[in-house]
Amino acid sequence: MDILIRNLSKHYGSQKAVDNISFEVKTGEVLGFLGPNGAGKTTTMKMITSYLTKGSGEILIGGKTFDQEDMRKHIGYLPEHNPLYLDMPVLDYLKFCASLQKVPSNQIDTQIRKMVRQCGLNNEKHKKIGELSKGYRQRVGLAQAMIHDPEILILDEPTTGLDPNQIVEIRALIRQLGKEKTVILSTHILPEVEATCDRILIINEGKIVANGTSETLRRQASGNKLLKLRISGADSNQIHAALSGLASAKMVDIVNAEQNRFELQSSEGTLNEDVFKLCVKNNWVLLEMVPFETRLEDIFRDLTLN
Amino acid sequence: MNPIWVVARKEISSFFDSLVAYVFLIVFLLICGIFTWLYGLFVQDIFIRGQADLMAFFINGALPAIGLFIPSITMGMIAKEWKSGTIELLLTKSLSNYQLVIGKYLACLLLIVAALVFTIPYIVTISQIGDLDLGRTLSGYFGLLLISSAYISLGLFASSLTEDQVVAFVISLVLGICFFLLFSVLASNLQGIGSEFFDFASFFSHYEPMVRGVIDTKDVIFFLSITFLGLLLTINQISKRR
Repeated sequence: MDILIRNLSKHYGSQKAVDNISFEVKTGEVLGFLGPNGAGKTTTMKMITSYLTKGSGEILIGGKTFDQEDMRKHIGYLPEHNPLYLDMPVLDYLKFCASLQKVPSNQIDTQIRKMVRQCGLNNEKHKKIGELSKGYRQRVGLAQAMIHDPEILILDEPTTGLDPNQIVEIRALIRQLGKEKTVILSTHILPEVEATCDRILIINEGKIVANGTSETLRRQASGNKLLKLRISGADSNQIHAALSGLASAKMVDIVNAEQNRFELQSSEGTLNEDVFKLCVKNNWVLLEMVPFETRLEDIFRDLTLN
Repeated sequence: MNPIWVVARKEISSFFDSLVAYVFLIVFLLICGIFTWLYGLFVQDIFIRGQADLMAFFINGALPAIGLFIPSITMGMIAKEWKSGTIELLLTKSLSNYQLVIGKYLACLLLIVAALVFTIPYIVTISQIGDLDLGRTLSGYFGLLLISSAYISLGLFASSLTEDQVVAFVISLVLGICFFLLFSVLASNLQGIGSEFFDFASFFSHYEPMVRGVIDTKDVIFFLSITFLGLLLTINQISKRR
């Protein structure tokens, strides 16, 4: 089921929480929702799940507007702070959620067993939720979101509170689910987005500021390739002059004159070869050549810090 | 299964999983027992009255017990959901506002029914020591159910107003004091239209005929309207906060 958002807005008083955003998520796609705190991520997700009424605009799920409660059974939702009934045992809670999501009663037990296995809850299933550690509670939250095998999963910060092993497991689970389902997940852990998402949507002050794969975002953000060099065999000024003479080099900086460290920027692909050939021609020794990718963190900062 | 029943069942099992249901039932029966058999609060107790009826239970025992306990069971019903954020879980599932509210209402009403079932021995006892008018007794129980239903819906409304259970408790208790006591007092102290109005709004003046064995449609409609209004306000309050 596709999700199509058109000109969606929401105001809280005079404050614009979500300001005229439009995007689309296709079946089999994992969309990462990024943004600083208060950017409107959670508000957008709450509107998609119909917990909050939308201000204006359109939310189409599988081509239909989302007004009837009936449509909610297609969505699995893990809210932001993972609210749970702490006095309920895990199994009872999952059963309650399954019945609410209208899972046929002869399939409830199968579904619960599947979720317990998938989310690694087997040792904790008889405990009360309040007795569980944060990581296990998060798993219960994920299990309740997926209990009715929804076509759409909306996960608001799904890996908070998990330990590194669990994070890897849950990411793998999300990736696996993402092959057949439509997944939107929000997070502020940037490596997570790269590890799990097919596409990234960065939102700031209620507006979409970037939308694309991490490669596209990198290209858009810098446009330039950055190369860190350390060359010995000649005086730094001499090398600087030679590097500046390269047709593919746009900008050359001396980072450290004594250690002969340089930084090159270029938009062309042949920069590495050109530098190597230049060194060979002049009989210089190329001690270091580090291609420097723009990190997602930097893109994020560029886009969201005004 | 109907979502209303799923919600109601969850609430009932959480009553019994926590101590709420047991504490409620025990104290309910304690209060009813004392004021029915041992000490007459508003009307004389059974032995002094010397009549084989449950008047003492209906007026002395059940009414104050219900007035006190309904706020304590309804206070957390919606306030707790707001506070812990679990309402977000519920309302993003295939469950509408009205199903949630009615489910919770039914759970509270069933707990009251359970408490009333435990007073059946009173009927048995009194029918042994005298000639008990069964129709009149059943009409009294019917009145108790109606009054509980109305008060539960007001309690749920109080609970939907706030995230704080204590505030919800105080609001519903104040509403209870008004409807159970204050309005009757005002009705008897005022004159003319004021008196008529408060007499109409008082729970007691609609309940008292039922204790005497008179079921008037007017009274039934009064309690059902309050129930309906309370539930409607609760549902509206939930919609408003979304």
